[in-house]
Amino acid sequence: MRFGFFLREALRAMSRNAAPSLAAIVCVVLTAVVLGVFIPVVQATTGTANEVRGRVVVDVFITEKATDIQVNQLREKIVGLPNVKGVKFISKEDALARERGRNPEAFELLGTNPLPDSFRITPEDPDGVAGVVRGVQASGLPAIDEVRNREQDTDKILQATGVVKGLTGGIAVLLILASIALIANTIRLSIFARRREVEVMKLVGATNWFIRWPFVFEGVIVGFMGGVIAILVLWIAKETFIDPLSDRFALIAAPDTIDFPALVAVLLLASIAVSAAGSGFTLRRFLRV
Amino acid sequence: MRYNVQTTMATRTDQAALRARRGARKPDVPVVELKDVSKVYPGGSVGLERVSIRVGRGEFLFLVGATGCGKSTFIRLLLKELEPSKGEVLIAGRPLSEVTRKKVPFLRRNMGVVFQDYKLLPNRTVYANVAYSLEVIGESRDSIRRKVPDILNLVGLSTKLHNYPDQLSGGEQQRVSIARAFVNHPPLLLADEPTGNLDPETSIGIMQLIYRINRTGTTVIVATHDREMVDKMRRRVVEMENGRVIRDQVSGLYRPDESTTEFAVRLRGELGIGPEGHPN
Repeated sequence: MRFGFFLREALRAMSRNAAPSLAAIVCVVLTAVVLGVFIPVVQATTGTANEVRGRVVVDVFITEKATDIQVNQLREKIVGLPNVKGVKFISKEDALARERGRNPEAFELLGTNPLPDSFRITPEDPDGVAGVVRGVQASGLPAIDEVRNREQDTDKILQATGVVKGLTGGIAVLLILASIALIANTIRLSIFARRREVEVMKLVGATNWFIRWPFVFEGVIVGFMGGVIAILVLWIAKETFIDPLSDRFALIAAPDTIDFPALVAVLLLASIAVSAAGSGFTLRRFLRV
Repeated sequence: MRYNVQTTMATRTDQAALRARRGARKPDVPVVELKDVSKVYPGGSVGLERVSIRVGRGEFLFLVGATGCGKSTFIRLLLKELEPSKGEVLIAGRPLSEVTRKKVPFLRRNMGVVFQDYKLLPNRTVYANVAYSLEVIGESRDSIRRKVPDILNLVGLSTKLHNYPDQLSGGEQQRVSIARAFVNHPPLLLADEPTGNLDPETSIGIMQLIYRINRTGTTVIVATHDREMVDKMRRRVVEMENGRVIRDQVSGLYRPDESTTEFAVRLRGELGIGPEGHPN
């Protein structure tokens, strides 16, 4: 492949068709900026949602009469269940200390400790919490007094976070589809304007790839330029708005969002790939002469 | 004729190159041969009907007939832009049905094509337009720099190297397209109405160029309805009507042996006026 020749051809075509090339670049910039804003937002929301889901637990209360052997039996049973991430023994003293910390006045009235020993189970997957509850109940061990998973709380948490995750995921997919369609369409327009040129090239005996390479190069250049501009815009926005804010409010420094360099790489690669592939594929229609 | 063989005759003269190429070929294989070729378009209209024709090396052939008689279909079949519905098209003895889609560009490199609407690349200069057909076959930049000015000189455009097609007259644009068609010296030159858009004076200039190309040994097929040109050149004429060949004359006229009186009769007849006199 004659790299230099195809590169020159691509640059020549871009400078001779400045308006469509510019439109394609602007298009790439806009979609890349939107994606660049949206990727961290999606990550922050799903991160928060997952954190909330992490609070879903199952409490297994142990009867007063249970012997140490029976308690150990129960612990082994729980550990053996599927979808169990962790088990923590909370003695009645621990429970009392925790509850007292929450509401000191109420507990001062109590003479004795009414709270039982318990196991707190953290499930692997919060959606499967009901299975864990059933598993413990079905074992029918004598040490079990009661199994509770704060049903209402759990249901609410699961529902709310599920909706948030679904929504952001759906919007992200739509946005990506819209970006690809928009870029492909702009490129198609600029190639459509040159379909006669392609026809002539075929008549003088150019092979398909000889015609296609300059268009692909053009796509790469458009994608690269669009990506770079978008990243500059995002970087300026980050420096001037987000960073000062996150210094002041801990809230904005969301837990696990993508690093800026990683974001840069993703955006740049995506815009180059989409516009190069767009150019290459769109051309196929006009190459059938 | 050569397929896939790179031309390496930059140092030799055209004539010497031609002799060398001729020597390498079998003498009696026609450059173009159609064997009982029919072409029916998807809509059902007939482009060609059972056409058989042989065009020998170095021949100059006029393809004449009314619009829609199949001239353009003929040319497009040779370019393998269309596939025949029946029969076989052979170029230099090789059936085009054997040429795969991938090899079509290499087939076309052995043919120069000239069209009525020039088909130049609009955003390239004259020089770049001609250079493109050399770049396509992978010619080195040095040899392109040598050959392009030569050929543009030959067609009389040495002063307009850096003009764009839309800055040229029709005749000049057609000269560029001829230069482009001939710059790598193909053994076959196809011209579809090359003078269709040009005035008679300019047409003569264009035809002279095509004739000159023919004199170097290139086989030339010209589809035209430029009656004057055909009559003056007295070359082989193939006349077509409704997709059939109705006349094949070695040295013919556009319409054979028709005096002015006969033409007048025909004209009146077609107008529905009697053989004699005026309607009033």
